[in-house]
Amino acid sequence: MVRVIVDGTPVDVAPGSSALQACEAAGKEIPRFCYHERLSVAGNCRMCLVQVVRAPKPVASCGFPVSEGMEILTDTEVVRRARRAVMEFLLINHPLDCPICDQGGECDLQDQAYGYGTGISRYQEDKRAVTDKNLGPLVKTVMTRCIQCTRCVRFSTEVAGTPELGMVSRGENAEITTYVEKALTSELSGNLIDICPVGALTAKPSAFHARSWEYKKTDSIDVMDAVGTNIQVQARGGEVMRIVPRVNDEVNEEWLSDKGRFSVDGLKRRRLDRPWVRVHGKLHPASWQDTFVSLARRLDGVTGDRIGAIAGDLCDAESLCALKDLMVALGSSNIDCRQDGAWYDTSAREGYLFNSDIVGLDDADALLLVGANPRHEAPVLNARIRKRFLHAGRGGFPIASIGGFPTDPTYDVTVLGEGPDALTGLLDGSSPFAETLKNAKRPMIILGHAALTRHDAEVVYKACRQLAEQVGVVNDGWNGFNVLHTAASRAGALDLGFLPGSHGLAATNMLRGGVDILWLLGADEFPIDKIGPDTFVIYQGHHGDAAAARADIILPGAAYTEKPGTYVNTAGRVQRSFRAVFPPGEAKEDWRILRAFSEVAGHTLPYDTLEALRARMAAVNPVFAHIGTVEKSPAGLARLSDGSPTNVPGDFGSGEFRPLIHDYYQTNPISRASPTMAECSRVYAPAHAVAAE
Amino acid sequence: MLQDKDRIFTNLYGQDDWKLAGARRRGDWDNTADILAKGRDAVVAEMKASGLRGRGGAGFPTGLKWSFMPKQSDGRPHYLVINGDESEPGTCKDREVMRHEPHKLIESALIASFAMGAHAAYIYIRGEFFREAEHLQYAVDEAYEAGLIGKNASGSGWDFDFYIHRGAGAYICGEETALLESLEGKKGQPRMKPPFPAGVGLYGCPTTVNNVESISVASTIMRRGGAWFAGLGRPNNTGSKLMAISGHVNTPCVFEEELGVPLKEIIEKHGGGVRGGWDNLLAVIPGGCSVPVLPKSICETVLMDYDSLRAERSGLGTACMIVMDKSTDIIEAIARFSRFFKHESCGQCTPCREGTGWMMRMMDRMVQGRAELDEIDLLEQVTRQVEGNTICALGDAAAWPVQGLIRHFRPEMEARIRQYKAALGSTGLVQVPAHGIPVAAE
Repeated sequence: MVRVIVDGTPVDVAPGSSALQACEAAGKEIPRFCYHERLSVAGNCRMCLVQVVRAPKPVASCGFPVSEGMEILTDTEVVRRARRAVMEFLLINHPLDCPICDQGGECDLQDQAYGYGTGISRYQEDKRAVTDKNLGPLVKTVMTRCIQCTRCVRFSTEVAGTPELGMVSRGENAEITTYVEKALTSELSGNLIDICPVGALTAKPSAFHARSWEYKKTDSIDVMDAVGTNIQVQARGGEVMRIVPRVNDEVNEEWLSDKGRFSVDGLKRRRLDRPWVRVHGKLHPASWQDTFVSLARRLDGVTGDRIGAIAGDLCDAESLCALKDLMVALGSSNIDCRQDGAWYDTSAREGYLFNSDIVGLDDADALLLVGANPRHEAPVLNARIRKRFLHAGRGGFPIASIGGFPTDPTYDVTVLGEGPDALTGLLDGSSPFAETLKNAKRPMIILGHAALTRHDAEVVYKACRQLAEQVGVVNDGWNGFNVLHTAASRAGALDLGFLPGSHGLAATNMLRGGVDILWLLGADEFPIDKIGPDTFVIYQGHHGDAAAARADIILPGAAYTEKPGTYVNTAGRVQRSFRAVFPPGEAKEDWRILRAFSEVAGHTLPYDTLEALRARMAAVNPVFAHIGTVEKSPAGLARLSDGSPTNVPGDFGSGEFRPLIHDYYQTNPISRASPTMAECSRVYAPAHAVAAE
Repeated sequence: MLQDKDRIFTNLYGQDDWKLAGARRRGDWDNTADILAKGRDAVVAEMKASGLRGRGGAGFPTGLKWSFMPKQSDGRPHYLVINGDESEPGTCKDREVMRHEPHKLIESALIASFAMGAHAAYIYIRGEFFREAEHLQYAVDEAYEAGLIGKNASGSGWDFDFYIHRGAGAYICGEETALLESLEGKKGQPRMKPPFPAGVGLYGCPTTVNNVESISVASTIMRRGGAWFAGLGRPNNTGSKLMAISGHVNTPCVFEEELGVPLKEIIEKHGGGVRGGWDNLLAVIPGGCSVPVLPKSICETVLMDYDSLRAERSGLGTACMIVMDKSTDIIEAIARFSRFFKHESCGQCTPCREGTGWMMRMMDRMVQGRAELDEIDLLEQVTRQVEGNTICALGDAAAWPVQGLIRHFRPEMEARIRQYKAALGSTGLVQVPAHGIPVAAE
């Protein structure tokens, strides 16, 4: 540790820290605009100037390294004058349009102008005006407000990996631009809005909708992918206005994917806000009581093995637990959370989780992607891979992939092959990357759902496990065998055992008349037309998407912002969200619907409160008692073989890994209902749009 | 006064052959291997003993700068980068070296590179210097041909490569770290220091950036000894220096002169006197446009060297003086500099980006007199707010000429304002009263 004296107070900071970090450690607030903890240091705003004893000029504390015994003064006349000067310079060409600026109330410049600005302007010349840029459907620009801090340039270059922003011209004429006008192609572009310290980059979809101080803020968890991004839902009245990320270094740092941020307008559209019952082929609105009674009547006399339930991708663990209990009460073991037909090793928790945890990426030194495209399946996690890739330097973090990428993954990847056959080369050592994995201290395999949803998923999975054992992916204190989920509900459902019982049917077998009564809990992502024509379908969910149109009974549930819920992310981290707004109309929280119906059906579930239900979840699987953490099962990942090179445990199917996500912006009922996401889809995935037409 | 025997740049005017044969005749490339045989530390020690200070403007001791390079390479290569981006208005001295004494530069670059453990030297030449780059490239080709540089340069056992890179005309690329950025192919914007280039420079490797002239004198210093060089000039301001006179003199020229010679004597001797006689002198800007202007009263006595000019709150800069006689509108002249700095500010850091434009606009009004008297103080404050708060020295360079103007020519500025008011009544500006809310004045 290095001892630094800040305004007379000695503090110990890590070597290599900046003066700014030392000042923060000493409890001194240093104003800043361009400095951001997760970006490189630019030192260009000059707001963080402090005095260092024996330095001839004030120094920018953000980029000034500490040295032993250095004395920093943060509150001298020199410093105060420098800050006032910088603030004055920033304001002379900044428009005074705070009253109509969406950043108003959460603007760094506004806040710091209170602290360091003067009341009047001495600038009598003409102000500069800058042409606004069109950055696509998500980010709105008012470039006259820009203070050229270059945070956005550094974010898009370093974190997002899409170096599309830059500064052109020089001096006063310097402008942030995309060079040639184009829409930003990153799935993380919404974060530009958060990192912009002024109102230059704001959210286009919610422009002029609300002021930051009007929001009621509720902590929640994003369900658009399986990362479990910590978010804050900001609502005004009964309406969710926007979603912003919360900081959680173990999950999402402080980033949020565009789908998680901008699909909020989908929460207001195509909602199921009352129960519906199909009578003579046509859906009719009904009361809850009538719906339950008619449903109970339909169930009457149907044996358990003719009843099935499929859970969707956005479900909270509470509703999954309640539905499972209800199905058991009805005598059915036909339950499945894998509407995509994925195959997992469920013998231990480690068989289906991202075992190294997301932070494990920061330590990994070699990576093999198998049928995974993290950029689309988990953009925030992809940024973490890129961060590791950049941090390790050239060749420090070799990445190979089996399965190609439709878009640039934002880091260098060697594509070993398009299909599972390429695993053979790794298993028998003929591929040079097998050696790379073997030599790595913390190698990592990320197994994606493009591989796990194939017919030969089990063989591919076992081959990966065997490879993991051969090259030492699991070693002391390190488990780099990772399954990358795409569904927010999946890991939690697997933890709860939402899987067919010993004689139960899997999701695909429930279709084509496999069951007489099919209960869909928000399940829309499977071929609905494969449901048998005589199957009675109950759709419990929040959006009138594909499955609701086929349903015979619709039970309107709550979206993730409208209910307190528990979600398990791909790494097995159990996280809880709170209710931000109430569900629309007569819609109810899903577990309450199930509990209420169970009483009508004569199989009353044994919990009346959320607490009691959560106690039941913890009884089903103790991991649900540990919120916010990742619990490892004591046995760890069981060995499938003795690690000796053997033949592939079966025959690989033919064909390449097909991309799981064709259109990043349209993957679930909420995003499909969102006009913003539809616009993104139109702008960013023209090839797909054309193909669909 | 410099004697002919102590002259370093003997072909400054290009009367003699600038190619290898001519250079050899003048003593360049004479047993260069012997110099290198003295060893790295000896070369640096000799440079330190010479007291040579950087000739680009800042005046940092060159030998000391060389000694900052790591003694042992940690695996990264070392680089010498020569700053030939001579873009300072009024300055035209490195150009003469590059086109008339290219071999002196290349030989000295070899010596300097050897002294800092570098096997490669890059020279960044101002884009407009087209013929100069041609001459230098020709000389480099000659030197390679003759085995003077390249593998086993001059038979010394040291491998040395010399690369020419042409800039694209940005003034800021003459700042050493912006130059490195530009050389790396990026936008020319100065870097934060620390880390200094000696630690992390070109491509992240230890690098020393030196002015063309600072490098070029190295070979002569090594031949004639540091003591000889230190014997010229004044203590701490040793040696001879390329200087230039432009503006209102009878014979504008570039010349080599000892440091510490009175400014007046230099103007009289080399410049052929001020146009219309010494008494017609208004002011002199002693070293390129970035240093504060000196009025005639100071020019009478001041010596041309780093410390004497600093004591007069100006600077030697590039020692290329701009002489202005009484026909000059001094406010307009400085306003032109403000325009220049506004145009050349890279726009990276706030005080310079915003401050240069503010200064330029105020100066433009000052030229007309369309201002209030207390705005002179505001202008002075703006320059103080820019000075010292920026990443590189361009902010300082933009502030100093204005400060010099206000310091020495405030009465002229006030007279201009009064004159404007007398002729046109009001300034037509929005007035800021001493207290209260700004109101629009007609």
